[in-house]
Amino acid sequence: METVAAPELSFQARIDEGVKIEPKDAMPEAYRQTLIRQISQHAHSEIVGQLPEGNWIGRAPTLQRKAILLAKVQDEAGHGLYLYSAAETLGASRNDLVADLLSGKAKYSSIFNYPTLTWADIGAIGWLVDGAAIMNQIPLCRCSYGPYARAMVRICKEESFHQRQGFDILRVLCQGTAAQKAMAQDALKRWWWPSLMMFGPPDEQSSHSAQSMQWKIKLVSNDGLRQKFVDQTVPQADYLGLRVPDPDLKWNEERGHYDFGPIPWEEFHQVIRGHGPCNRDRLLTRQKAHHEGAWVREALNAYARKQEGASHAV
Amino acid sequence: MLFEIFIRSQHGLAHKHVGSLHAPDAAMALANARDVYTRRHEGVSIWVVPSAAITASSPGNKEPLFEPANNKVYRHPGFYDIPPEVKNL
Amino acid sequence: MAAPAVFEFCLRLGDNDLILSQRLGGWCGRGPVLEEDLALTNVALDLLGQARLWLSHAAAVEGRGRHEDQLAFLRDAGEFRNLLLVEQPNGDYAHTMARQYYFDAWHMVLLDALSISSDASLRDIAAKAVKEVAYHLQRSRDWMIRLGDGTEESHRRLQAAADQLWPYTGEMFAMDEVEASLGDAGCDLEALRAPWREEVQSTFARATLAIPAAGWMQRGGKQGVHSEKLGLLLAEMQFLQRAYPGAQW
Repeated sequence: METVAAPELSFQARIDEGVKIEPKDAMPEAYRQTLIRQISQHAHSEIVGQLPEGNWIGRAPTLQRKAILLAKVQDEAGHGLYLYSAAETLGASRNDLVADLLSGKAKYSSIFNYPTLTWADIGAIGWLVDGAAIMNQIPLCRCSYGPYARAMVRICKEESFHQRQGFDILRVLCQGTAAQKAMAQDALKRWWWPSLMMFGPPDEQSSHSAQSMQWKIKLVSNDGLRQKFVDQTVPQADYLGLRVPDPDLKWNEERGHYDFGPIPWEEFHQVIRGHGPCNRDRLLTRQKAHHEGAWVREALNAYARKQEGASHAV
Repeated sequence: MLFEIFIRSQHGLAHKHVGSLHAPDAAMALANARDVYTRRHEGVSIWVVPSAAITASSPGNKEPLFEPANNKVYRHPGFYDIPPEVKNL
Repeated sequence: MAAPAVFEFCLRLGDNDLILSQRLGGWCGRGPVLEEDLALTNVALDLLGQARLWLSHAAAVEGRGRHEDQLAFLRDAGEFRNLLLVEQPNGDYAHTMARQYYFDAWHMVLLDALSISSDASLRDIAAKAVKEVAYHLQRSRDWMIRLGDGTEESHRRLQAAADQLWPYTGEMFAMDEVEASLGDAGCDLEALRAPWREEVQSTFARATLAIPAAGWMQRGGKQGVHSEKLGLLLAEMQFLQRAYPGAQW
């Protein structure tokens, strides 16, 4: 027998029952703040994520690849929008969230602080980065906060082609010339470890995890997702004929999982602190866009106010 | 200005809330909603409403709007165990 | 009707869409408003799709076994047939919107005219494109009005952009022997001038903009004589195909 309506159940009991928390519901302040932080970080990642891929729109090697990349980057803008919407239902304002991003105060996924140096990088991003993101997002479709869960459902539907297009780019490269195959191998070499770092620090170091798990804001542990990603991706690399840059990578029959080598956590911390190869550039680009767009936004507001004034005068 | 967006798909029966966006006025909100939430599929109906114009109920309060949950559970279809051989119930 | 003329004509239309799409792609992740980033990318995607239709048809009509990618990535600037207007740089947002509006207003009346072409293929492609372009025109017209009648700054920027790009609009209506030889398969470009002018005048009035002074019109793009900008654009766009000749992607 299902729970029919739950206004009188306690907050935690509702979560345990699988009843969604919605915008007007009473909620602990820590729940609200954690969600705002997590959702907005995700939104910022989508927006900043347009930049490394946008870097290659102008140089896509065929018209079809160009169209696919344009569509993918457009999807990412859309995802950012859905997520900012979800964050705003919690009482945050998009302007404030964006201001925090531009000031360097807010975080976004570490992965977007790496440069896209070749066309193969675009393939690697689709295959590895979107692959990791999807792995994170599918469980979030079941998270406790309604608007976030629903945004995730919409995002996952649209994301279906993102990973495939990346893998397809690499497949063609790996079946191509020696130079193309080398390009693909080089991209894997540079994107493998940063992709594993996308899942966040090891579970024992992850401070917010326990409470987030209880509140169903986080549904699978960092290490759990990371292991799943490795297990899923290594056979794909084998199919492509590419070498994963990990000398310790080995199938462990007993565990039923791949053993893999130590993650360079020092690099992760440096990137989080703003010292990754592209942190400064990404931020400058967003700041410039925002600053140079100010007169446009002002014009839009001025025009709207004028029309409103005119309609009242009638 | 924040607008809430409601979409009724071509074969849908009712407008569904899909999210929100920022726009300086309703006309632009409509145009943006087409791009953001429908990717311009035809036959889609869009409503845009300023968020401030929406008055919502607060499910957290015990109001006469909602019947007390615990003593009328028989109104919920899940309450009854219907034998699997019985179809269409 | 000579196959070469249809080939040339389709190249012109396809190159317009391709080069303009390439320019619009430069705004990805850099637009003034997130919603606008998405909307502009939609326009770029539409134009790219249309370019592919025109270029594929051009290749088919040419009958030398070329396809859309070879046309897009292996022709040098002198073989491109786009209007000078579309290869102008993005500039600020006012510049991009003015360029877009001038083009959309022409594109709309052109596709309308082509939708009664005696050539079935041209008719089909035009019919597909015209729906998207109607939307593009609505959009860019709206932006002209919002920026023109927005703030003093947006008005100033947009007037400057409108003035600067005006000399590139004449080329849109200048018929040459290629277009003339098409007869009923093509359309009378000169006849598009009046409706275009009417559309622009009406929008400029609502936008509180002044129609730029009549003056010398730049041309040459349709004949392959381009500005210095196109070479740089193509160097970027064509790089991979040139650096890795014959490779599959």
